[in-house]
Amino acid sequence: MFSFASFLNLPIVWFALIATAVLLYVLLDGFDLGVGILFPFAPSDQCRDRMMNSIAPFWDGNETWLVLGGGGLFAAFPLAYAVLMPALYVPVILMLLGLIFRGVAFEFRFKATGKSMRVWDYSFHFGSLVAAFMQGMFLGGLVQGVQVDGRSFGGGAFDWLNAFSVMTGFALVCGYGLLGATWVVMKTDDTTQEWARKCAKYLLFYVALFMALVSLIMPLINGDVKTLWFSSPNFFLLLPIPLLTLAMFVTIWRDLRKKREYRPFLLSVGLFLMGYIGLAVSLWPYVVPFEITIWQAAAAPESQSLLLVGTVLLLPVVLGYVGYSYYIFRGKASHETTY
Amino acid sequence: MLENLDPVLLARIQFTFTIAFHIIFPAFTIGLASWLAVVEWRWLKTGNNVYQEVYRMWVKIFAVTFGMGVVSGVVMSFQFGTNWSIFSDKVGNIFGPLLGFEVLTAFFLEASFLGIMLFGWNRVSRKMHFASTIIVASGTLISAFWILSANSWMQTPQGFRLGEHGLLYPTNWLQIIFNPSFPYRFMHMVTAAYLTTAFVVAGVGAYYLWRKLHVSHARVMFGMAMIMAIFVAPFQLVVGDLHGLNTLEHQPAKVSAMEGIWETERGAALKLFGWPDQEEEKTKYAVEIPKLSSLILTHDLDGEVKGLKEWPKEERPPVAWVFWSFRIMVGVGLLMILTGVFAAVLFFRKKLFDTRWFQLWCMALTPAGFIAVIAGWFVTEIGRQPYVAYGVIRTAESVSPVPGPHIALSLLAFIVTYIFIFGAGSYYILRLIAKGPSTEEKAYGDHGVDEPPLVTDMV
Repeated sequence: MFSFASFLNLPIVWFALIATAVLLYVLLDGFDLGVGILFPFAPSDQCRDRMMNSIAPFWDGNETWLVLGGGGLFAAFPLAYAVLMPALYVPVILMLLGLIFRGVAFEFRFKATGKSMRVWDYSFHFGSLVAAFMQGMFLGGLVQGVQVDGRSFGGGAFDWLNAFSVMTGFALVCGYGLLGATWVVMKTDDTTQEWARKCAKYLLFYVALFMALVSLIMPLINGDVKTLWFSSPNFFLLLPIPLLTLAMFVTIWRDLRKKREYRPFLLSVGLFLMGYIGLAVSLWPYVVPFEITIWQAAAAPESQSLLLVGTVLLLPVVLGYVGYSYYIFRGKASHETTY
Repeated sequence: MLENLDPVLLARIQFTFTIAFHIIFPAFTIGLASWLAVVEWRWLKTGNNVYQEVYRMWVKIFAVTFGMGVVSGVVMSFQFGTNWSIFSDKVGNIFGPLLGFEVLTAFFLEASFLGIMLFGWNRVSRKMHFASTIIVASGTLISAFWILSANSWMQTPQGFRLGEHGLLYPTNWLQIIFNPSFPYRFMHMVTAAYLTTAFVVAGVGAYYLWRKLHVSHARVMFGMAMIMAIFVAPFQLVVGDLHGLNTLEHQPAKVSAMEGIWETERGAALKLFGWPDQEEEKTKYAVEIPKLSSLILTHDLDGEVKGLKEWPKEERPPVAWVFWSFRIMVGVGLLMILTGVFAAVLFFRKKLFDTRWFQLWCMALTPAGFIAVIAGWFVTEIGRQPYVAYGVIRTAESVSPVPGPHIALSLLAFIVTYIFIFGAGSYYILRLIAKGPSTEEKAYGDHGVDEPPLVTDMV
């Protein structure tokens, strides 16, 4: 039985890997959930066809990062998986149901004709909306801490539900909407692009508002977070995060006005990255906030080592062919039916 | 009333429902992906467009089925945590890496190359497209490898030690991955998946032949499917027998339940039918064939077969479920073998493609594989009870601290959703079948753009 525990701090390595998988999920499924959130508001069916075509080859791969995040958490931090899933039972089930309705809509919508297509338009929209909102609620619920009893969840079934988590739900819907809108700007042209650009401008405002609110409320509801961010020298070390975020907001706004096509999407990804880093810094080193650390939740070193070998060998290959698939489907999407 | 709902039973029903629904899709897509690879290979090799048209018809059905498989599969990856958190905590060290490998080696592979398979016709070369089909087919088999390894470990756990808090720690990965029941279960399931697909394809081919539609395409479908029925259906009987002997060695109580035998006896009779009564500890109204059970299980007419009374009551699985599921699976398997026999006879009489009653027979057997697969999983999973990891962790001790009413509501939501989704999916698949292969169709899924423009203003 091999183990790398003698020369690697495995829980830190795995925390980094899972954080990366979840980030990739948020960014990748973020833009296609965002497309779903904006879907019914598009000016015409032709626009909707285009939007769908722009994500149809990717959504399945994007969602696989969620399975990797969930499966990876199970493998690397089983205790965290065992505590968090029952704690978030209701929103997890609702998210899964949302993902079902939007996932099948891709194939069913292509096959449907006439009025029944509407059913799948809305199934796609509401599925995406519910999934995004629930993910936002996980976030809001988690940062307020989870009650643990021994090795199990010890809180109530609705601990995750409160005003703050509802707000983070809306925040993530707007965030995904922004990713989706800037994606559509990048992958389409004409009417669809112009409409998406307008959406992106509105959403950018709301994302800025919500990011500011979350940044203000987090230190207020949690003393440790406040000390972390507002004590010297941390304040100065962490200052680049809010400053970069601000710079990105300004640049996206200007890019949208100048009708740049690619940079708004890439910078929206940057915004998410900043928010994500900010959160990770605030929650470190907890994997179940603020009860179980990554060392307490870590799987046996032998288990973390085995999967690490697989990950080191396979993840570059996976990233390689995921990239290849995006390369194959580069360029603008059209509204023409794919069937 | 809602407060009295038993969370363990509800969690079990929910898991049964969601996984039985899920397995329908992989059971079909594993075989379909491999078959599509063969069809595309025949097209590239012969240049005969019939193969291409058959491919393009079935790849759409593949896409619909695969989509439903993906969304119902995502649910499964969370259910271990939402409903079986104690189990997840205890076996995470062992179970987690197996699932992790499934995602890394199979899911990404399938998802990425499926996009090219569906939408890549005008964007990649024919060879690259063919390679994508093969990669997707391999992905389905790799996925089956890991998930069946994990499942088999729950049936025949080994390669671990017990640590503090009742947690399991791995001691030998090869023993864990290649646990005793895994090779048999893997062979049995992959063969089952191939047969499931073959009988669906046979049913559709038979329908076209019967209606005299798309005859050249129908002959490809029906002919290839009958090759599977002739050769693979009997092969499955052999694999199943070996799997059964393996179960007898490692989980004898499950075999006793399959046979409905309560008293240990020599020269045990095979009960064809009967009603196993868990309370009275006997199988009522049994129709028996003397000594056959001993012959099948021990390959000796007077071999000893253990009865369920060898185990205390709380160690026995629910016998009637196991007993009847097993009979349904075997019955369907025998019908499949019979189909192969008919097909062989008709082939030598040169009447394989125009025997009306046989076309009706094959249409009737279209869902045969699904029924057998679900029944077979009922046998092995209910037969594993009352344990979740056989002999190590009891099912009743594994369930999450989630209130019963919540599980009841989520179960209801899953049932309603799945019925709706399954209904719509079946409807669209039936429409695709009714439409049939198109001979003058534009490329399936050119992603809307014929000539991909170059990326110019990137950043």
